[in-house]
Amino acid sequence: MYNLLIGGAAGQGVDTTAAILEHWIKQSGCEVFTVRDLMSRIRGGHNFSCIRFGAQVPCCHSEKLDGIIALNAETVSIHRDHLRDGGFILCDSAVETDDDFVIKLDMAAIAKKLGNARVASSVAIGAALKLFGVPMSTEQADSVFRKSVKAEYVDINVQAVQAGYHAVPQKFEHAGGNASDHMLISGNQALALGALTAGVKFYSAYPMSPSTSIMEYLSLKSAETGIVVEQAEDEIGAINMAVGASFAGARAMTGTSGGGFSLKVEALGLAGMAEIPLVVVDVQRPGPVTGFPTRTEQSDLKFVISASQGEFPRMVIALRNHEDAFYQTIRAFNMAEKYQIPVILLSDQYLADSTAAIPMLDSRKIALYEPEEGPAGEDYARYRFTESGISPRKFPGTRDGFVAADTDEHDEYGHIVEDSETRIRMMKKRMGKLALLEQEILEPELLGEQSPDVLLLGWGSLYGPLEEAVELLNQKGEKRYSALVFGDVWPLPQKLLKQLASSAKYIIHVEQNYTGQLASLIAEVTGIKTDAGILKYDGRQLSGEEIADRIVKEGF
Amino acid sequence: MGGHKFDTYETAWCPGCGNFSILNSLQKTLGELKKDPHDVLIVGGIGQAAKTPQYISANSFCGLHGRAVPPAVAAKIVNPNLTVIINSGDGDSYGEGGNHFIHNIRRNVDIAHFIHDNQVYGLTKGQASPTADEGAVNDVQVDGNNNIPFNPVLMAIASGAGFVARSFSGKPQHLEEMMKRAILFKGYAMVDILQPCVSFNKVNTFAWYNKRVYELDDTHDAGNRLAAMERAMEFGDRIPIGILYEKEQPTYHEKHPSLKDGQVLVAERNNPALIDKYMQEMV
Repeated sequence: MYNLLIGGAAGQGVDTTAAILEHWIKQSGCEVFTVRDLMSRIRGGHNFSCIRFGAQVPCCHSEKLDGIIALNAETVSIHRDHLRDGGFILCDSAVETDDDFVIKLDMAAIAKKLGNARVASSVAIGAALKLFGVPMSTEQADSVFRKSVKAEYVDINVQAVQAGYHAVPQKFEHAGGNASDHMLISGNQALALGALTAGVKFYSAYPMSPSTSIMEYLSLKSAETGIVVEQAEDEIGAINMAVGASFAGARAMTGTSGGGFSLKVEALGLAGMAEIPLVVVDVQRPGPVTGFPTRTEQSDLKFVISASQGEFPRMVIALRNHEDAFYQTIRAFNMAEKYQIPVILLSDQYLADSTAAIPMLDSRKIALYEPEEGPAGEDYARYRFTESGISPRKFPGTRDGFVAADTDEHDEYGHIVEDSETRIRMMKKRMGKLALLEQEILEPELLGEQSPDVLLLGWGSLYGPLEEAVELLNQKGEKRYSALVFGDVWPLPQKLLKQLASSAKYIIHVEQNYTGQLASLIAEVTGIKTDAGILKYDGRQLSGEEIADRIVKEGF
Repeated sequence: MGGHKFDTYETAWCPGCGNFSILNSLQKTLGELKKDPHDVLIVGGIGQAAKTPQYISANSFCGLHGRAVPPAVAAKIVNPNLTVIINSGDGDSYGEGGNHFIHNIRRNVDIAHFIHDNQVYGLTKGQASPTADEGAVNDVQVDGNNNIPFNPVLMAIASGAGFVARSFSGKPQHLEEMMKRAILFKGYAMVDILQPCVSFNKVNTFAWYNKRVYELDDTHDAGNRLAAMERAMEFGDRIPIGILYEKEQPTYHEKHPSLKDGQVLVAERNNPALIDKYMQEMV
């Protein structure tokens, strides 16, 4: 497996270069996982992307590099220490460095000679492909650039790639693999595609990193699918619109990051109280408040579980990887509609912005929930007491009765009441959904040994890093390690956890936050206490290697 | 529950409240327009006026304080066959919901927004609302309200609203005419309804309004935005009521490529073949 970093200032084309390279490498057969480390600025600073690729699936990023494409001198100085022996640093001849591993190439001069200084990065792409033994043909170059640049710039970019390719010798053997027919998809795209599959018809949001690309992808597909994507005046408007659309009968979703979620919380209660299905996405970033706008963290777990005043049922699903983002988003819509509750999807910047090569997703794998038809007759009551506690839905415009939504405590018809008896019955009706949800929740996934000595606990996007960490730790052969990675986090599944916790010698929580929020939730719900925590809250995701190193260092 | 006429229910309003007259006018107007109550959605936020949806036999949405407009426009967006009407107060519409008021004027979804404007927060017992007169005294603004009164009709005209009217709960015939015109208007239509609060506003009483309001006549050109703004600034010894500004402009639905042919998004799904195509695009 190889790991290639492309670094430069914002505006230098780091992201575009990485996108073209990862696509090309995947086409050659390799499995791919790319992470993006971006600064919250449009120009300058230091951005980089890391493409990890090989015949095996890279389940997360790695700190160790085989190659660096340095679009500026700063990239060399920042990342040089992570380069393995025998790796390379590819940079323009003008970059001042005398490093032994440097391969200097007159990228700017070649580009200028071809007639456009901006194709220098394509010269670098060509050279990197050659260094990693990735085949390059004119037809392939042509098809790649046809997808990524305007028609008039295709030829010059193809020439630039060819020039770069022929300017350097091959350094590594091609990594191999059978992923050429895989999809290359980001976490946010997988979520958006899941929403489309689930039949989302209305998406309202206010732009906020790192959630905005969900809205961008849905907008791109809105004309063809006929869905409405509405940029609201604020986060509060966005969620209240989604609630209104859902009340009227359209599958609706709103998305944001933690700051936007903070503004949405009152309306989360509205969906709970008025029993209106709603999917709310929180793509987490480091807080509090503005925090690190373009970086990653898992610090909204306890917040979203308890957000909004009063008590109402909700479900919280943390997304673990790209496939999970797709399928769990479909499931979220189903659960929201079946139980008439808000369902919160917890993602984070690491998953949202990273891309992975994955086998084709199956748009028919999860059947869409088909609600029973509401009762006939004028005496329709939106909040009818039923055996299950779920009242059949109808939508405004029905010929049978009237449809009401009310945030006040209400009777079966949605009229305001203040009596104790109705209050108690309505509370029991709503809160009773939690018991129904407990029948539906999915147990966390166990990675590694079936009966571990050391049990790691994690959730969400640490799935990939934990998978690699457990593999590395078990290779040492001293103890048996495994990781239990939660997707459904509320209601909290307890069976597998209790079973493993009773026999494991040590339980260690691994989380991207300061306080160990999952560990705290587990302690609260099950009484199980962890022995130690591996925590990170600098906005950078733990890698599998880093988790394994820290576990060993702490003596576990 | 009612059949095909707009019944009302027992209310929780104070005896003599202007809301009774507004509710009665709404009920009469919808009847005269021959609307089927099943196709009508009345939306409110929170407050005394926002209880209106509770008291009329139609579909109803009583949401959050200040947030009546977003769910109302979204319901209309996904189901254009609904007649969507907001009845909410001045605190709800102009205070807590100010941002939604401004930006939904710009969105121009075909709904009617009736603001019961009594210059006070009734449900919380009389504090100054955005439209309160300067100097108005209450339990919170004990030395009198220091803020410049918000001018909702001027704001609406300035923000690009296509239909801006003012009426008075004490003139039901006029109010019904304004409601009718607003409901029939294609696009966002607002009517600021002056209304006495018998419990908490002892200054702007029925008699106070009744003495001051006058109906706009043919000399006012409602198609002239500047003339409309000039009238909108008149509030004191004389207060004009009637349509201040009216000009049709393309609605949200007319401008939306996916909605311009009357599409209904209720209980719809997406075509799985398209999803498969999108996946192929990523290979």
